[in-house]
Amino acid sequence: MLCDICKQNVATVHLTQMVEGKTKKVDLCEACSKEKGVDDPTGFSLADLLLGLGAAQEMAQAAAGSDLKCPACGFTQADFKKTGRLGCADCYTTFGEGLEGLLKSMHKGTKHVGKVPQPLQQHKDYQEKLNRLQKQLEKAIGDEDFEQAALLRDEIKQTREKFDNLTTG
Amino acid sequence: MKNIKEFLAAPAQSCKREGPHDRIVMSSRVRLARNLKDFPFPGWAKKADRVKALEAIRPAVESLPQMSGAFSESMDNLSAMDKQILVERHLISREHAAKGVGSGLVLNKEESLCVMINEEDHLRMQALRPGLQLRSAWLAIDQVDTILEKRLDYAFSNDLGYLTACPTNIGTGIRVSAMLHLPALVLSEQINQIIQAVNKLGLAVRGLYGEGTEALGNVFQVSNQMTLGEAETDIVERLNKVLTQLIEHEENARGSLLEKKPKMVFNHIGRAYGILANAHSISSKETMNLLSLMRLGIDLGMLPGVERSLVDELFILTQPAHLQQQLSEKLSAEERDLLRADMLRERLRNVSRPVTPPRSEGSKSDKSPAS
Repeated sequence: MLCDICKQNVATVHLTQMVEGKTKKVDLCEACSKEKGVDDPTGFSLADLLLGLGAAQEMAQAAAGSDLKCPACGFTQADFKKTGRLGCADCYTTFGEGLEGLLKSMHKGTKHVGKVPQPLQQHKDYQEKLNRLQKQLEKAIGDEDFEQAALLRDEIKQTREKFDNLTTG
Repeated sequence: MKNIKEFLAAPAQSCKREGPHDRIVMSSRVRLARNLKDFPFPGWAKKADRVKALEAIRPAVESLPQMSGAFSESMDNLSAMDKQILVERHLISREHAAKGVGSGLVLNKEESLCVMINEEDHLRMQALRPGLQLRSAWLAIDQVDTILEKRLDYAFSNDLGYLTACPTNIGTGIRVSAMLHLPALVLSEQINQIIQAVNKLGLAVRGLYGEGTEALGNVFQVSNQMTLGEAETDIVERLNKVLTQLIEHEENARGSLLEKKPKMVFNHIGRAYGILANAHSISSKETMNLLSLMRLGIDLGMLPGVERSLVDELFILTQPAHLQQQLSEKLSAEERDLLRADMLRERLRNVSRPVTPPRSEGSKSDKSPAS
């Protein structure tokens, strides 16, 4: 068995650790284990090692596979393998599937949390409100509560108008 | 437009800027990465596209109220020396210093806000503060970003957040970092343990000039690594907490070194002073490591009357480009070592040699290790 890091020497140090409920294994040679501080059990975390190692593997995986090419900028998966960078914003759609594992291995989550540009935030809020009202309207019609349905219909109309004014004005 | 050398405050001034905990935290920084929707990322873009992106971004940045009286220049108009000076001041990255046509820089008067255009991403904007002031740095850069998002069409996805050239920066695009001076943790050989513990929390520890650099002068940069799946303010608070603990560890290490190995500490500091004040040839690396010990000496009260800002100023002035800048002819590394030593002797001429601080009662010398 060869060392997971240098892939040259024979692995003599074998580590197993539970990371977020999953068993992870790493096999290292003497030299690499020293370098990574594995011989110092107080400070060592397999997680760091796996994070680094995992990211490298995922990177290779994301870069391998078919000859995908971004229609917007002409960037290919081979280019990604070479540079570790993407070509344009659309590349995230083009290579989306291959990137998912990579993002999971290097980040806390795969869904953005935090700041959203204000114009987009307004649009998002509007969409969410509209969806909610539509659902309520359908339910009211289903329940044959036509008084309520009329009120909802007016509110949807108002919401649409308000948003149109906001975006055009 | 002034050139950059005239624009930047003299190190003697800039080092006098004070902040909370600046005894250990030299500076705080929050950086945001942003890209424009309709342009390829700078690393992949052809020159024409980079120039177009720069032309779109630069006026938007220049017209920020925060940038009134700012320095704004395209990178091809800066000399190699100018760029190196900006790197030594920690205002631009090494990567940005390598850029030319199609990249730009906008820096405010106070040197607290710096926007790199077409670095790895179209926009790399950063707020800088002396001492530990991450929250204030975040608020400042958040404001800049909020104005810019109205003027520029950002690449943003609801699921992945702000889209960046490198997947490591995606999401918030935020990098929160601080530069720490940790001589006692190094002297007491606890630093590797500390670094590993900090790594475990998903934070990176790097050397003086960021990625892949050595921790010269016992200066370490601590920053977040993950940018997706955690809100900006949570990242700022998490880092704040860790830094507060690191400050405590360093202070404790100083206390316990003084108590257990005072002679070792005095020896290091005394020798550092001796070499800095008397050498006739000294490399930049040795200078930084010895200045770090002198800085520790000041913190420990061994150099009464000497301001910490003097050491911080020398830290900058003895860097290669700053040294070279004062002279018209190009110097070799050997010649720079002579010049550096001359300057240090001159600047330290009136600094008396370190005094041994009065021993607190009950503490023992190194010769009687019983404790």
